[in-house]
Formats: sequence, C-alpha cells, structure tokens
Amino acid sequence: MQDSLLIKLAVVILFLPLIGFIVTVFFGKSVKKVYVFENLVLIASFILASILLYGKLNYYIDTDLFSEFEWINLGEVPLLGLISIKLGLMLDNVAAIMIWTVMLISLVVHIFSIDYMKGDIRYNHYFAYLGLFTFSMSGIVLTHNILMMYIFWELVGLSSYLLIGFWFEKKSASDAAKKAFIVNRIGDIGMFIGILLLFITYQTFSFDSIFIQLADGKLPFNSEFWLTATGLLIFCGAIGKSAQFPLHVWLPDAMEGPTPVSALIHAATMVAAGVYLVVRVFGMLTGDALLIIAVFGALSALIPATIALTQNDIKKVLAYSTVSQLGYMIMALGVGAYTFAFFHLITHAFFKACLFLGSGSVIHNMHHEQDITRMGGLRKKMPLTYAAFLISSLAISGVPLTSGFLSKDGILAGTYAFASLTGHWLFPLVGFFVAMLTAFYMFRLIILTFHGEPYDKEKYEHAHESKFAMAMPLVVLSILSIFFWYTPNPIDPGEGWVLSKWIKTPEIFTPVETRYDFMKPDENAAVDHSSAVVYSSSYTEAMHNAHYPAMFLSLIVAGLGILLAFLFYQWKRIDPDKLANKFKPLYNLSYNKWYFDEIYDATFVAGTLMLSKFLGWFDLKVIDGIVDGSAAVTKGFSKFSGMFDNIVVDGLVNFIAILSGFVGLIFRKMQTGKVQTYIVMVIFGLVILLFLFKSF
Amino acid sequence: MIQVGLNHFLVLSAVLFSLGIFGIVTRKNAVMVLMGIELILNAANINFIAFAKYGNFGYQGQLIALFVIVLAAAEAAIALAIVLNIYKTFSTVNVDEIDTLKE
Amino acid sequence: MNIYDAIFYLFAVVTGLSAFFVVTTRNIVYAAFFLLFTFFGVAGIYVLLGADFIAIVQLIIYVGGILILLLFGVMLTNKITSVQIKTGTLQIVPAAVGVGLFAGFLIAVLTYTEWKTVDTALPLTTTEFLGVMLLQEYLVVFELLGILLLIALIGAASIARR
Repeated sequence: MQDSLLIKLAVVILFLPLIGFIVTVFFGKSVKKVYVFENLVLIASFILASILLYGKLNYYIDTDLFSEFEWINLGEVPLLGLISIKLGLMLDNVAAIMIWTVMLISLVVHIFSIDYMKGDIRYNHYFAYLGLFTFSMSGIVLTHNILMMYIFWELVGLSSYLLIGFWFEKKSASDAAKKAFIVNRIGDIGMFIGILLLFITYQTFSFDSIFIQLADGKLPFNSEFWLTATGLLIFCGAIGKSAQFPLHVWLPDAMEGPTPVSALIHAATMVAAGVYLVVRVFGMLTGDALLIIAVFGALSALIPATIALTQNDIKKVLAYSTVSQLGYMIMALGVGAYTFAFFHLITHAFFKACLFLGSGSVIHNMHHEQDITRMGGLRKKMPLTYAAFLISSLAISGVPLTSGFLSKDGILAGTYAFASLTGHWLFPLVGFFVAMLTAFYMFRLIILTFHGEPYDKEKYEHAHESKFAMAMPLVVLSILSIFFWYTPNPIDPGEGWVLSKWIKTPEIFTPVETRYDFMKPDENAAVDHSSAVVYSSSYTEAMHNAHYPAMFLSLIVAGLGILLAFLFYQWKRIDPDKLANKFKPLYNLSYNKWYFDEIYDATFVAGTLMLSKFLGWFDLKVIDGIVDGSAAVTKGFSKFSGMFDNIVVDGLVNFIAILSGFVGLIFRKMQTGKVQTYIVMVIFGLVILLFLFKSF
Repeated sequence: MIQVGLNHFLVLSAVLFSLGIFGIVTRKNAVMVLMGIELILNAANINFIAFAKYGNFGYQGQLIALFVIVLAAAEAAIALAIVLNIYKTFSTVNVDEIDTLKE
Repeated sequence: MNIYDAIFYLFAVVTGLSAFFVVTTRNIVYAAFFLLFTFFGVAGIYVLLGADFIAIVQLIIYVGGILILLLFGVMLTNKITSVQIKTGTLQIVPAAVGVGLFAGFLIAVLTYTEWKTVDTALPLTTTEFLGVMLLQEYLVVFELLGILLLIALIGAASIARR
C-alpha cells in the first residue's frame, strides 16, 4: 500500500460527507428520499476510514504521513519575512484512530436517526447538518496545521449550532443553540490569539514545522512565559469546545437538540475535539501550562460530577457526566498521561455515544419523557436497551472487563504517578472521588430508569423495544465498550496493542528547563536538546508502581459508588430525600448546578447588559449630541451652499443651457435629413482638411 | 502660354469633378444628379488616361478607363430603373421630397 | 502655340463650358444636350491623349447609350408639355462656395505637386493592344465585367417593370 494512496483516501474521507451535505441540503426539499444518499455516503466513508485505519496501522505504524500544498503565498512581508500559508493533511496513528471513531459514531448516529427522527418536518435537513458536522469534524482530525483546524473548528461550531437549534420553534432550543455558539466563541477568541502568537513567532501554521522550530529553541517573544501563555491561549479553545470549567455551561443546555445529535456531537466527537486539540499541541505545552490545564481538568471533572448526582433529566445527567469525563481527559493530559487521555477519549466516545443513544431509545419509546423519576421498570420492556445501557454504565464507572476500566484506570494511575513524583496529591484525590461519584450517579440513573416500579402505568404499557435501526447502534457500541478490542489482558491495558503500539508516547519539544522534571531526559542518556525526548525512566517506574494501587483503589471506589446507588435507590435503605434535607445547602448547590448560570447571568450577562445600557446612554446623549451639533453646523452650511447652488451654480447651468439652446437653433438647420446637404458639409470638411494638411 | 502637359489635363479633370459635385449637390431632379455623377466619372477617366500617357503606365490606364465606362453604363441603367420606379411610386423624382423607401 | 495646344484648349473650353451649363441650367433637356457636348469634348481630350479606342467607346457608349438612357429617364419622368421640365435647385450659395474652395485647393494641389512625367509616345492605334490585354492578362476582369453588366441590365429591367 502506497502512502500517497492513504493520503488520497483521507482526502476522499474528508470530502465525502461534504458531498453528502451539499446534495442533501439542496435536494432536501424536492427529493423525499435524499437522506438515503447521505446514509450511503456515511457508510462509504466509514468503510474507507476502516481501510485507512487498517493501512495505517499495518504498513505505516511508525511513520506520520503528510500531504500539503501552498494555499496563499504572501511573499516577503515586512517584519515577518517570507510567508506562505500551506494547507494539508497529517495522518498519524492518533488521527487514523480518531477519524475511524468519528466515522463509526457518525454512521451509527445516522442509522439511529432514521427511526428516531421519522416524521420530522425537516427530516432531510437534519441529515444534511449531520453530514456537514461529520465533514467539519474530519477536517479537525485530519488537518496538519492549526489554521485549518481553526477553520474546521468554527465549522463544527456552526453545525453544532444548527443541530442544537434544530427544533428552533422551541424557544429553549434556539436559546441553547445561541448559548452554545456564544460560549464557544469566548474560548475561540483565546485560541485565535494563541494561533496568531504562534504565527507571528514561527511564520507558519503547520504543527510539525512549529515543533521543529520550537525544538531549535525559538520561543514566542523569546520568553518561556510567552510559550506557556500561548499554550494556555490555545487551550482556551479546548475549554470552550470541550465544555471545560468555567465554560461548561453550554453543554447541558445543548441537550435541547435531538438525542442522536447529543450522542454524536455532545458526547463522542465534537466535545472530544478540545481534547484532541490539546493532544495535537501537547508537544509545545510547558510544565506550567500543563499544570494549569490539569487544574482546569480536575475542576471540570469534579464540579459537573457533583451536579450530576441530583439531576433528574436523563440527558442532563449524561451531559454532566460528559463534562466530567472530558475533565478527566484534560486532567490526564495535564499530568502527562497522554496515551491514557487519548485512549479514554476513544473508549469514552463509544460508551458515551451508547449511553446517549440508549437514552434516546428510552425517550423515544416513552414519548419524549425525559424525567427519570417518572420512569422505572423499563428493564422488562426494553431488555436490549437495558443491556446496552448497563454495559456502557459499567464501562463509564470503571468496572473490570470493560474498556472504561482500562482507560480510566490508566488515567488514575497517571495522576497517582504524577502525584508521587511531584507531590500534587489533590489530582488523584479528585480523580478517585469523581470515579466514585460517576459510578453512583450512573447507577442511580439505571436504577431509576430501568429498575423498580413504573411511575406512569399508561406510558409504561405503551413502551416497547426499539426497532432494528435504533437497536443495532446500541449493540455495536456496547460491544465496543468491552475490553477485548483493546487488550488481551483485562487488567493491564499496557499489554494491549492500542497502548503499546498504536498510541505512542508523545514527543516533547519545549525547552528542557520548562518541562516537568519527569519529562526531562535521563541524566545518563545521551542528551540531545534538538531532538524530541520521551519521558524519563523515573516516570516509567512511577507508572509501574502506581498501577496496582491505582487499580485497587479505583475498583474500591467504583464498587462503593455502585453500592451506594443500590442502597439509596434499589433497596431504599437510605432515603435520599431525607439526606437531601439534611444537607440542604449542598443539595441545592448541586441541584442548581452550582448556580453557574445564575452567576453568569448576574455577572457577565448583566454586566454586558449594563455596559450596553451605559453605551446606549452614551450613544444617546454624547454621541447623538455631537452628531446633532454637527448636524446643525451641516444644516447651516447646507443653507449657504443651497443658496450658492441656486444662484451661482444654477445660474451657470441655466446659462449653459440657454447657450446650447441658441447654438442648437443654429446647428439644427444643418440637420435637414437630405443627403445633399451632408455632401456639402463633407466638402467643407474636405476643404478644411486640405487646408490643414497642405504642404505648399 | 506654357506647353500643354499633364497638369493641364489634371486641371481640366478637377474642374469637371468639381462641377459634377456641384451638380449632385444642387439639383433636385434625380436625373440631374445622375448627370453630375457621369461628369465625375468622366473626370476620373481623364485622369486615368492622362496618367497612362504621362505616367508611363502603358495601356493599363486606358483599360481601367474602359472598365469605368462599362461600370458607368451599368450604373446608369440601374439608376434610371430606380428613378423610374420612384416616379411610379411617388409621382416625383425630386430627391429632397423622397424620404422613405416605400410608400 | 502649336496646333496640339490649340486643339487642347478648344476641347477643354468646350468641355468645361458645357459641363458648367449642365449643372447650372434649369431645363433638364438642355442639360442633357449640354452633357452631350461635354462627352464630345472629353472624347476629344481622349484622342489628344492618344486613347483613340477609348474615345470611340466614349462616344458610342456615353453618347449613344447612357445619354439616350438619361433622356429617356427625363422624358418618362417629366411631363414635357408642362413647365415641370425645369428642375429646382438646392443650396446654391453654400454649394458654390464649398465647391469653389474645393476646386481651388484641388487645382493648387495638382499644380504644386511635382509629377514625375514621362511623355511616352504611344502608338497611334491602341485597339490591338487593348484587345490583346483584355483577352489575356485581364481576361477574368473582362469576364466578370461582362457578367456584372448582364446582371445589372437584368436587374434594371426587373426593377423598372415592377
């Protein structure tokens, strides 16, 4: 297999969904069945992505493939030098795995939606938007430069906006779409500034050439502080897109969109783009930047987990759990557990998509009932959904034999090792605590939804298992949540092919003195500052030591969480309401989502409103005053100018008119319409010409 | 008086030419206009033949003059046919009164 | 003043005067007859220039053909019995001024130009040479002219009969 072939394949995969989008959006109104085309396109893309993944992992497992072309050549620019902006694709293992994941989930979501969205008035447009989203997401995954990534980043934002607000007739949906868009934009501003800083420094957008120059010791403004700042600014984009604290508020609201959309965008792929961005730029993040990223990750893991405990909307719980899991990944990246972070990104994509689709199945069959306190007992009616939901919940809780156990355990071990090396013990503490909370709220969800007695008898009687198109994705995704796809040993993920071969330890390009201690090259190893260096042996050792304690601890906390959930909701040994009354302030804090929306309303929104009001007043009084004053001046001037116009200019014009009339009177005589008159004139003309050119 | 040479013939031709134009321009009657045209053609012929004699062009000038005469005959035939037609249509052959191609 | 010059001046005066009358007289029939004299004068000039064949052709075609045609035109389009035979004139003054100036300039140009003249003594009879040229060198032109003439005559007949 040729590498150019793989790249071409990647280009085809990138543009197929765009074709699907264009065809579907333009023929959506006239051709009823055009959604079939979109689905076929997705199937083709998925097959191609599978071939791509196979080819990449079998033939090019150790090489990154590039393909680029010059987009804009600005030539010599003052202050910056030669500037040529290139676009292109990069295909490394991470991108190949990611594109496959995106395509798979997009495909199952498409198939799921065929049934779920049946009867919607904008059925075809829905599929068109899905196609647009898939195209943009593939762009983010496959690009080799940060500018192109930013372009697709915004495209993803757009398609997310369209999909969240798909039922825009509902006020809450259109509001949620706007909120998601605007909150994302806040993060993107930081990312944009970061990109500009990178461009000013390196005159390029390509990741690899930035890294090469960085390894050569070129820093933004020649200071390590600015390198840290640049990294953090780019991370701002990830905060927005991955719904990290403090910009996580848009994700729960985004659940107003159709549930398959939530599965595709707000669980598996788009929010993962932020993590993917950090994975991409990992090589240029300094130790300080990583630490701050880890703090943000830990906060985003903790806060939404506590919120998810008390939510009653099935999708809201899943949304907060998504934020929490993304926080996990970001924290893992922050503490240097790069491979596990990406691993968790993939496994999480599968089981979270499964959870969302499962909830979609429940909601669909319960006639759009989303409140879990009004469900119950659905296990008997929907055994397949229940099984898929259970497997995915076990995976997200980190129970052995699931994929989630492998990745989550790795992250926890990473934080543990990090803490043992640097002394930041809060990270593993948060990690384990959140793991327990996760297990608790997931099983609370399961028990309330599927176990116990049905709340609404009538709805319960009407509920039934989903049809094939909706059941099949659940089965596929839940099977992918089991360990044996990733490693032969259900306890040690390190032995599996995913971690040992596919995802490589990242190369670090930052100056040695800015890194974490354990990322510095070994003392005894040959020191070569210009080349990339993997982690030191001390880290490997710490990871090894952390493996078993972390595993047992995570087992214990997961078991504890599940046990608590059963105690509370299945066996009713403890009354959750009483507990809630006892800790009223804490309960309210959690139930009201830590008052984030209220705080933002009170500060940013109200602040913006006040600023606008002030500006409005300023406009009305000061600017208008100036404008009115100038208007008066202008009016006076116009009066004078009008007079001047009337008398002098008009007089002149009239005079010219009279003159032309007079001349016309004379010359009109010449226009007789008789050829002979004209011949006379020709003769006169000839005479004049002869006179002018006479040579005697 | 000077010996009669090329210039004499050319001047005569120029006079004929000018008179021809004068005729074309001033006459109302279409037949008179045609006469003016014949004068102009004759003026041109005089030039041709004069140059044939004095300009060392051999017989070619005379030949051209012959062709011109033939063309003049054709032209006169056509023009008179048109004039007749116009007369039939408008009952007049005054060129200043005819300003349409058909009735 | 030799006999050649005298004959030239005679013909030139006949030609010029009759041409002048052609364009000035108001009577069309007179004009036609003056045109006859003009053609005669021009034919004389041709003879003076050694173009005897052309001169004869001029007489035959112009005088015998075209002039008769013109006279027919005059007869057919004017009621001879009435005063209508007189033609009106247009813009005499500007035309006279313009044409006068033009003629003046033209004559000035002609006279002041340094013509390269070679007085070739042509053979007295040109008919043979013209005939040979017509049927050899200029055969195509000759044929084309014949066709043209044919077409013109047919066209004229068809237009006049309409």
